[in-house]
Amino acid sequence: MALSKPVRTIWDIPREERFAPGHTMCQGCGAAIIMRHLTKVIGKDAIIVQATGCVEVTTTAFPRTSWLNPWLHLAFENAGAGASGVEAALKALKRKGVIDPNRKIKVVAIAGDGGTFDIGLQSLSGMLERGHNVMYVVYDNEAYMNTGIQRSGATPLGAWTTTTPVGKKMRGELRPKKDLIGIALAHRIPYIATASPAYPTDMVEKLRKAYETEGPSLVHIISPCTPGWRIRNEDTIKVARLAVLTGMWVLLEIVNGKPRVTVKVPKRKPVREYLKLQGRFRHLTDEEIARIQKMVDEYVEEINRWVGEQAIGPVEE
Amino acid sequence: MSLTLEKKEEKKEGLKQVIGRRIAATGNYAAALAVRDADIDVAAIYPITPQVQIAEKIAEFVADGELDAEVIHVEGEHSALSAVVAAAATGARAFTATSSQGLEYMHEILYIASSLRQPVVMALATRALSAPINIWNDYADAFGMRETGWIMLFSENVQEVYDNLVQAFRIAEHPDVLLPVVVTLDGYILSHTVEPLEPLGREEVLSFAPKRPRGYRPVLDPDYPITVGTLGTPHWYYEAKYQQVVALRESKRVIEEAGREFGKKYGREYGLIEKYMMDDAELAFVSLGATASLVKAAVDRLRKEGVKAGMIKIRVLRPFPADEIAEALENVEAWATLNRAISYGAAIEEPLFTEIAAALAVRGIVKPMASFVHGMGGRDIFVREIVEMYKKLDEIRRSGRRVKRTYFWGVKGHDPEEDQAM
Repeated sequence: MALSKPVRTIWDIPREERFAPGHTMCQGCGAAIIMRHLTKVIGKDAIIVQATGCVEVTTTAFPRTSWLNPWLHLAFENAGAGASGVEAALKALKRKGVIDPNRKIKVVAIAGDGGTFDIGLQSLSGMLERGHNVMYVVYDNEAYMNTGIQRSGATPLGAWTTTTPVGKKMRGELRPKKDLIGIALAHRIPYIATASPAYPTDMVEKLRKAYETEGPSLVHIISPCTPGWRIRNEDTIKVARLAVLTGMWVLLEIVNGKPRVTVKVPKRKPVREYLKLQGRFRHLTDEEIARIQKMVDEYVEEINRWVGEQAIGPVEE
Repeated sequence: MSLTLEKKEEKKEGLKQVIGRRIAATGNYAAALAVRDADIDVAAIYPITPQVQIAEKIAEFVADGELDAEVIHVEGEHSALSAVVAAAATGARAFTATSSQGLEYMHEILYIASSLRQPVVMALATRALSAPINIWNDYADAFGMRETGWIMLFSENVQEVYDNLVQAFRIAEHPDVLLPVVVTLDGYILSHTVEPLEPLGREEVLSFAPKRPRGYRPVLDPDYPITVGTLGTPHWYYEAKYQQVVALRESKRVIEEAGREFGKKYGREYGLIEKYMMDDAELAFVSLGATASLVKAAVDRLRKEGVKAGMIKIRVLRPFPADEIAEALENVEAWATLNRAISYGAAIEEPLFTEIAAALAVRGIVKPMASFVHGMGGRDIFVREIVEMYKKLDEIRRSGRRVKRTYFWGVKGHDPEEDQAM
């Protein structure tokens, strides 16, 4: 059974584990925590379509699997299209009486940032635009981690990756992160949210709402990557929390176009606290950090204007 | 696109009286009718010339309530094939159609469809590949998918488009096969040409190709969850690939069985190959698709002149009917191929030839042989040109000379014999 009650405290998260151990994800992997909670929410009657990526290769090395749900992987760029096909088939087979029309079977697409922001964007757009009843979950570790930390459209400004190296002329990623939420919004889908594994009740509640939504929903979850972000295995949650507390990652929920900040941050920490924990930002000078701080200040201002309140407060040293 | 010619009650002995009417239809319309009669559950459609009318017709059938299917208006062919593979895995009878660049765009998923053993059916209105961009017929697209693990059926006329598609669903979904099937129709030459067609109707098609046959279960079933499309490490990848080799090889039996039973029920029997005037033939050409019709016409003309000409039409390109072709060519004095496809830089640049030559060589059959390419990008092939090719083959037989390169026939300002000197 899928989780049907609202999640207010940690005790509302189901105890049953539906993400089997034995996978080969790294110690401290953010995505592993996300998958564990996602499978708790969706229960048995969900079909998962997964894009190629870290989670796919680490959980399905034949003959082992971590998945207790029917699970399909086709390729890197087509989680949206595959999920559309499953959903259309369920619809037709229910209408024709092959599958019990009263049985709720949800389709869940899972992809990383590469499979969503970059190579999978077209297939995601098609799926959202056509209004398929699919819940799409993005675990965003901000680079192509599975192939060894290459820059993606989700890589943040200044971050070192193997394809945005820190050299004499160029110092890490030159562009800010692509606005995926803006792209999802433009499709006018009923439910969009951002989440963080550092806020599990908020994340699980959002996954639950996305699951309950009739029509396309998208949950965009930040997923710290220990080797890729150059962080200590035990710092995953700390870093994920600091992303929120510094305003680099705002926990949003947009229901039918109406935005809300679900975890308010009355007093922000400076971005330096988030950056300094991560090897991928180690090269940044005070000047470069100031530039990122300014970018985040503007982003926070934009969010506050959008939600119509001071959801994220000023920086307090 | 279709009009009823006559109400027809054929009284053929021993045949089922299912032929309610003979209509006039284009190849595209015939394909859409077959799909409607097969009661597909999901279609992914995306426009590309010259298959686009198949997509339009399916949409029309659904809009008119003649077909109860989910139509996914995908944003490209890569997604089209991805969606139907996923739909098939969910237990749906799923279909898509494409041509040329569309097929190339979905190429990645062609391998995945067959490797995941998903019984999707696709119509391919064959068309030249860019560049230069060209919307007319040749077989470059079809020949480019030979390595992808699909069963490939070629159609010679509009009736065969319909019949092949009906059989395709039965073959693909057979529990011993579970492989995708592509059915070709020559772009424009069949896709847009009106010919007589005897559709079987839904009741007959569903009795010939029943949905969800015994032993078939959806792959994605919440009550029986399995993981599909896993990581295949070096420990297991090879075994999966060998299973695929065996499955495609053994699908031959099911294809033959379907063709035989189709003949018994409806009077049109289908084999892996079709022989035309081969009993006493000395010179034989092998061809496929609608091009085979032209070769037949050339054979007729040559027979009138007293030349013992014959032809073999390949209906099933994959799995390749090596035994059947070797047997058919065993007693001819010389053979050649005529194809509308090029394998650039290959040992022999006409790709059908390499397969037949290999099939014969491993059986110890060596005789004068040649290969001809013509009709690229919709260039018309005239029957008189094929007659000339037969005469070239005759000259090769008589002189006993070895022809080491493909003849590129009909290139402006080019003597095809020059290719031999290169």
